[in-house]
Order: sequence, then C-alpha cells, then structure tokens
Amino acid sequence: MATLRDEIFPIRSSDDIVKVRQVTREWALMQTFSLVDQTKIVTAASELARNTLEYGRGGEVRIQAVQEGPRRGVRLTFTDQGPGIPDLAKALQDGFTTGSGMGLGLSGSKRLVNDFDIQSEVGKGTTVMIARWK
Amino acid sequence: MEKRTKLAEMVRNQHDVILKDWVESQLNATTLRRELMKESELREQSREFLSLYTQSVQSGEGIGDAAWKPVKDFLGQITRSRVLLGFTPSETATFIFSLKQPLFDVIRSTLKDPKELVADIWATTTLLDNLGLYVMELHQQNREEVIHRQQEELLELSTPVVQLFENILALPLIGTLDSARTQVVMENLLQRIVETGAMIAIIDITGVPTVDTLVAQHLLKTVAAARLMGADCIISGIRPQIAQTIVHLGVDLSEVTTKATLADAFMIALQRTGASVTKSAVSQPKG
Ligand SMILES: Nc1ncnc2c1ncn2[C@@H]1O[C@H](COP(=O)(O)OP(=O)(O)O)[C@@H](O)[C@H]1O
Ligand SMILES: [Mg+2]
Repeated sequence: MATLRDEIFPIRSSDDIVKVRQVTREWALMQTFSLVDQTKIVTAASELARNTLEYGRGGEVRIQAVQEGPRRGVRLTFTDQGPGIPDLAKALQDGFTTGSGMGLGLSGSKRLVNDFDIQSEVGKGTTVMIARWK
Repeated sequence: MEKRTKLAEMVRNQHDVILKDWVESQLNATTLRRELMKESELREQSREFLSLYTQSVQSGEGIGDAAWKPVKDFLGQITRSRVLLGFTPSETATFIFSLKQPLFDVIRSTLKDPKELVADIWATTTLLDNLGLYVMELHQQNREEVIHRQQEELLELSTPVVQLFENILALPLIGTLDSARTQVVMENLLQRIVETGAMIAIIDITGVPTVDTLVAQHLLKTVAAARLMGADCIISGIRPQIAQTIVHLGVDLSEVTTKATLADAFMIALQRTGASVTKSAVSQPKG
C-alpha cells in the first residue's frame, strides 16, 4: 500500500475540530471521492475528533491519503492519552453516552466507513482508526 | 427575463421604503460599529448599493453573470474601506444580510400568488447569500494577516431570523454549528417565535456543510423547544448526501418535517397556514 500524503494535526480546541473536517474534506476531494463519500468520512472525522477532545482530553489525528492497487482511500487515526474506555462493547452501542451526547458518535462513524478499529486501555488512552475507500 | 424585470420593478417602486427599513435595521444591528462609521455614510452606501442591485437584478441571473460586476465592484470598494476601518467579516456581511427582511417584506406585500412568492423569495435569498459570502471572501482576501480569527467568524456566521410570511419564520444557517454561537442562534429563533407568535419556523441548513450528531442534537432540541411554544419546525436544505449520512449515523429525524429546499418548506408552511395566506395575500394586501 502506498501512502500519498501523511500529516498529523493537533486536537486541542473546537477550532481544531473544524480544521480536521476541512483537511479531511480536502484530502477526500484530492482522492476524487464522490460527494457522498466525502460527506461520510468528514462526518465520521468530526465525531471522532470531538470524542478525542471531549472524552480523551485532547490528542491528535494522523491523516493519510492512501492507495492500494486501484483503490484510493483516506485513513484517519485519532490518538489520545485520556482515561480510556472501560467497556468497549458498551461504548459502541447506539445511544450509549457517559456525557450529554446522543451516544451515536462511535457506532455511527463505524457505519460511515469501510475500516474501523478501536483500541483503548483504562488509564492509558484511546486510539481509533478509520478508513474510507473510493 | 420577465420575472427578473418584475423583481426589479418591485424594488424600484418601493425603493424608499426598502432603503428606510434597511438602514434602520443596519443601525439597530448589534454588529454595527457606530464609532467606526458615520450614519450619513452608511445611508449613502446603502442608497448606491440598492440602485446598482436593482439594475443587476433586472439584467443578470446569478452573481457570476457579467451584469453583476458593478455590484461586485462596489462591494469591493466598501469592503476594502471597512477592512481598513477595522470591521470584522460578519460586521461587513451584515450590510448584505440585513437587506433580506426589507426585500422579503416588499415581495410579500406585492405578490399575491404563493407560487410566485416562493420563487421570488427563493431567488432573492440565494442572491443575497451569495453576495454575502462574496463579501466575506473579499474581506478575507483583504486581511491575510489576521486570517485565523476571521476564518472562525466566517464559520460561525449565521444569517438572522427572517419573517417570510405572517406566521412563518425562517432561519437560514450558514457555516459550522458546533460552537457556542449555535446556542445563541437557536435561542434567538425561539425568542422571535415568542415575539411574532409564528406558527411555523423553517430552519434551513443548506449552508451547513456537515451535519454530525452534535448538530443533529442541536436541531432536535430546537425543534422540541419550539414545539413547546406552539410552533412547528420544518428543516430544509437536507441534501441527498446529508440525508444518507444522517441515516447511517442512526439519528432519527422521523418526528420532524424535512424538505430538500427552503422553497419546498415554504410551500408546505403556506399550505399549513392556508387560511391566513388567502386572507392576508388577497383580501387585505399590506402596504
Ligand atoms: N476518546 C475517548 N476517550 C474516552 N472515552 C471515550 C472516547 N470516545 C468515546 N468515549 C466514550 O464512549 C461513549 C460513546 O461515545 P459516542 O458514541 O461518540 O457518544 P457521545 O459522544 O454522544 O457520548 C462516550 O460517552 C464516552 O464515554
Ligand atoms: Mg461522540
């Protein structure tokens, strides 16, 4: 798999979330994603960036434009050193929230992308990787 | 062509009323910086813009059309001077967006046919949104050095609540909705519902690029609050890609009336308030 572009962006404020959305849209466009595909990956990025900020006490996202054979994709990896998630299965249930959200960020983003992977350790932090392919 | 001539005529005939309302609303706007600009200057700029606007409406469709060049040149001129005076992008854009209500009022009191009314209001709102965004862009180009702050404002800007018709309010949203600003915008809508006793509020999200769960939650909360105050909301501007994404997220909007465009939403709203439409538009036209 070839990486065409690879950058890291901080997630420390809600402005950073806006920035993450902008960059994700730009890169999806660069990968010639359709409007629907762009919207899906941007929306998932928005959800996960906000989780990183709100629950993970901030962190960063690595954005990659990738190519595998004829397939072009955008991959995002969100990392934080926050409190971690004690029960992943529960966190991935529709409607589950420990805050005041709709509890659809994790489960919803999972449905919006092709690849989804989440690792979390209590006291250490959380990493969520998503990718959407054209 | 015919339609454009009519729109232009309408504005020309009611020129003085529009100008008076427009200047007044600019003077009342919280974004007016009295210390930066004299009232007489504002009045002069408004008069000149309105006359150029009328000419361009008559001869050119979208603002990309050559017929709009004089309007854009003029906006370029006043934007530059406002940048130098220290105006922010939203303060500058208020010049354009505050023209909406006066124009809507005139269209509403002139046209009797709901179809025509919808078409003209739609055409006007699209034009002014485009001009407003054009001004914001110009403003930004003019001040590269403080770009960050301005981008934030560009993103946070939302146009004001406008009354489309008796009992019908519209809130056209532009930009991102995940800031403290959203709260203010939504509270503002609820406040206007109370003030006007509106039966229907149309929240138009055509200008909102991303609808995630936070945005959806804000919208649903506003709809619920409006309902408690006796007003029904219609959410318009749900484009196909947004609809798909909302469904995948698992957000349930089935309790809310949604429409693809503001014009569609307005038609539904007129139907629902049917009785009053016929009464106010036909038997007692307002002046
Ligand atoms: N990065 C993270 N660090 C710690 N906890 C998280 C993180 N992301 C998600 N969570 C937990 O998972 C729950 C579900 O998240 P989500 O589906 O996005 O819903 P919401 O944001 O509405 O709470 C959150 O309420 C939180 O408890
Ligand atoms: Mg979330």
